[in-house]
Amino acid sequence: MADQRIEPILAERASAAASVVPASVAVAVPEARRPTRLGQLLEREHILAGALLAPTLVILTLFIAYPFVLGIWLAVSDKVVGRPGNFVGLQNFWVNVNDTIFLRAFQNTFVYTFIATALKLALGMGAALLLNHHFRFKRIVRAGMLLPWIVPTVLSTLAWQWMFDATFSVFNWTLMNVGLISKRILWLGDGTMAMGCLILVNVWRGMPFFAITLLAGLQTVNPDLHEAAEIDGANAWQRFWRVTLPLIKPIMMVVVLFSMIATFADFQLIYVLTRGGPYSSTHVFGTYAYEIAMRAAQLGQGASISLSLFPFLLAVIVFQLWYIRRSD
Amino acid sequence: MAAPRYGSPLKRAVTFYIPLVLMVGLTLFPFYWMVITSIRPDVELYNVKANPFFTLYPTLQHFHDLFELTMFARWAWNTLFIAVVSTAISLFCGLLAGYALARLQFRWASPLGTMIFITYLVPPTLLFIPLGDVVKTFGIGDTPWAVILTYPTFLIPFCTWLLMGYFKTIPREIEECARIDGASRIQAMIRISFPLAVPGILSAGIFAFTLSWNEFLYALVFLSSPQQKTIPIGVFTELVRGDVFYWGPLMAGALLGSIPVALVYSFFVEHYVTALTGAVKG
Repeated sequence: MADQRIEPILAERASAAASVVPASVAVAVPEARRPTRLGQLLEREHILAGALLAPTLVILTLFIAYPFVLGIWLAVSDKVVGRPGNFVGLQNFWVNVNDTIFLRAFQNTFVYTFIATALKLALGMGAALLLNHHFRFKRIVRAGMLLPWIVPTVLSTLAWQWMFDATFSVFNWTLMNVGLISKRILWLGDGTMAMGCLILVNVWRGMPFFAITLLAGLQTVNPDLHEAAEIDGANAWQRFWRVTLPLIKPIMMVVVLFSMIATFADFQLIYVLTRGGPYSSTHVFGTYAYEIAMRAAQLGQGASISLSLFPFLLAVIVFQLWYIRRSD
Repeated sequence: MAAPRYGSPLKRAVTFYIPLVLMVGLTLFPFYWMVITSIRPDVELYNVKANPFFTLYPTLQHFHDLFELTMFARWAWNTLFIAVVSTAISLFCGLLAGYALARLQFRWASPLGTMIFITYLVPPTLLFIPLGDVVKTFGIGDTPWAVILTYPTFLIPFCTWLLMGYFKTIPREIEECARIDGASRIQAMIRISFPLAVPGILSAGIFAFTLSWNEFLYALVFLSSPQQKTIPIGVFTELVRGDVFYWGPLMAGALLGSIPVALVYSFFVEHYVTALTGAVKG
């Protein structure tokens, strides 16, 4: 960076020169005006930075930082809709740890997150390896693959709900006509089955994200390394584990962490498919917090449930920051 | 990575074509299901004997019902308006902030960058309850502004992050040339760097547009009257009455609500993929 004090002088000289020299330079030469007071202020980088960051900081303070603090206050109050709350200490959290539905939601959140993320990673990696081949219509296939990820989750989940319908399920129709089952399966009928369906839909929706980002990682792997390993006698499996995987591990880790956060805090897919049912057996933190805060109008209790997400979220974020720093 | 070589066509079929076709089929089947359900007449939809995979009597009745019985057209307009305005706000803020964090030297650059990255990871689930209160306090509850102003909370960090990465790939020297030629700091930024960042802006914009088109939780909590709803909320709340699901119009609505994002996406696949991979790489 040039010394900022002499830049205006340089600028004036340059503009004087620019008026004589014919415009044969590739870079457009903006006309130089007499620097105004404001203009001079904005020449100083930290002031310009402040001005550029101001709109972002205002919005994020008003709609993230402030609600976050307010959320902590709500979680330690007995606020219900239409009445100011009083400070009640950790009572809401005490209620939560003695609430079987909350404990079930807690367990579900972890089961849902870990199983779905593991499946998305495995299938996404498989899909990425397939898409890394050369074949006709590759671009169309790749574009089509991402559809589950880009259409509104609520709308595609409704299509799944119709496929899982108790009476008219297409899966039941097919299985019965093939002769594999004689009685209808109630896909969303009990907690375990319903959780399986939720994980299935989540994997269907999230797998393309893994596939496309991992594919981008695969494309950066130098083919020479593979050839070298092949000459040294490594088979395809060994080449994947020993050459490809270590090279794409950084991007893989970041994708997994992103996906874990999103899955952990999922709301819409579960709320649409099961609404936490049957008998509150498939609630996760998000849906249970909504149930208590919005439907039962107990804002304080609800806020304490959604705040319970925070420690795990924080752990993943801290780990992610640490990992990014380390690999930089 | 080199494309693996195959010994025989049979082996290539087993290890490549069959898995590929299965994968594509399973990925796209639910969309086929939306389409076929939306054109099958009710007598077929609710007949357990009828083959559900196709129909000989396609009908547009469900689409007709969707527009006649619900405010679908209104929801579509709301969704578009909200997505466009919140994307524009987020791009504006993200462009300025991304530039500042990537290019300018000031004391708080690094902690601010980290802070914005953290807000990028904060999920709506954590904040929707207190945010509902904030929205009410500002008197914008049940108006489009309730979501237009809250969607940027996850869109701005994303745009900032993506554009910051993009600005870092543009050589600093181009701007310095302009400075020597007499451009002020701001002129160099607006006339030199911003035009060069157009592909990045486009990527961030497409991604932000699809995110706000698809958003569910904030819209569900902050918008309550039928004429204010967006498509995802409207279809979900107004076509399900208690335990009764109007599957024909539901799938017609799901289809029509998916097509605009799918279209936008299909025109800008490459930009979208850049945003997607850039979003995780930074």
